[in-house]
Amino acid sequence: MTNMCVYVLNQDSAFDFYTNKLGFKVKMDVPMGANARWLTVTPPEQPELEITLFPVAVGRMFSEETVKTMTELISKGCFGPGIFSCTDIYATYEELKSKGVEFVKPPTKEFYGTEALFKDDSGNWFSLHQQ
Amino acid sequence: MNSTTEQYPKVYLYKRVVQAKLFIDSHYAENIELNNIADEAYFSKFHFIRLFKSIYGKTPHQYLTAVRIEKAIQLLKADQTVSEVCYAVGFESLSSFGSLFKRIVGVTPSAFLEEQKQMKIQMAKAPLMFVPGCFAYQHGWNENSNFEIVP
Repeated sequence: MTNMCVYVLNQDSAFDFYTNKLGFKVKMDVPMGANARWLTVTPPEQPELEITLFPVAVGRMFSEETVKTMTELISKGCFGPGIFSCTDIYATYEELKSKGVEFVKPPTKEFYGTEALFKDDSGNWFSLHQQ
Repeated sequence: MNSTTEQYPKVYLYKRVVQAKLFIDSHYAENIELNNIADEAYFSKFHFIRLFKSIYGKTPHQYLTAVRIEKAIQLLKADQTVSEVCYAVGFESLSSFGSLFKRIVGVTPSAFLEEQKQMKIQMAKAPLMFVPGCFAYQHGWNENSNFEIVP
């Protein structure tokens, strides 16, 4: 996979979370008129994976009703867009926790490796995994 | 399947190395001595370097250099001049900054700055050139004549 999309409730806040807390790099930040921007980031060790931080906003794609539903579902933590692998989960966990990232599951040994779960600023949850 | 959330081994070591890494992240612009960082983590220099490298894959010095260059990239993207950036990220001479930047990024800081300027001009003129068509369509951006791609 080269591109994926994460729906976020506020692009400015998502920008801060993904760059300053997760340490991702900005790949594209293109102004698209007054109230929109094309914003993509990449994990620091995986520059070939471009993650679009796509705002949940009324437009051709989402009606007002859909925006309301999506906002509710994302906030409630209904979506888990992916798994991030790291080389040292305990160090990554300690660092993210010290930066205020909310973990819903601390590093836990599972049959497939060690895993923790954290939420982004919108409510999307991700798995942090170490083999 | 069983899962366990046992307190992981040597948690205090992790916390100290992570604190040292965060110290570099926030003090990269200063004249950081390795001994200061090791002191910050309460380790002997040798033990600290070994632990840091085993966690982050780089020695503290290599990591500090990587942070400085990454910050330099961000500042150049924000239109700061090469000399402003050089000193803002902790280098003491333009020549050492320039040669290190070129070795890591592949172009000189001034060439990088010029590339970024040109890209911003293009972005302002034809933003849809930088957005995959499927997303632009779904967002309705390609209906706005201001965003049309200039041939």
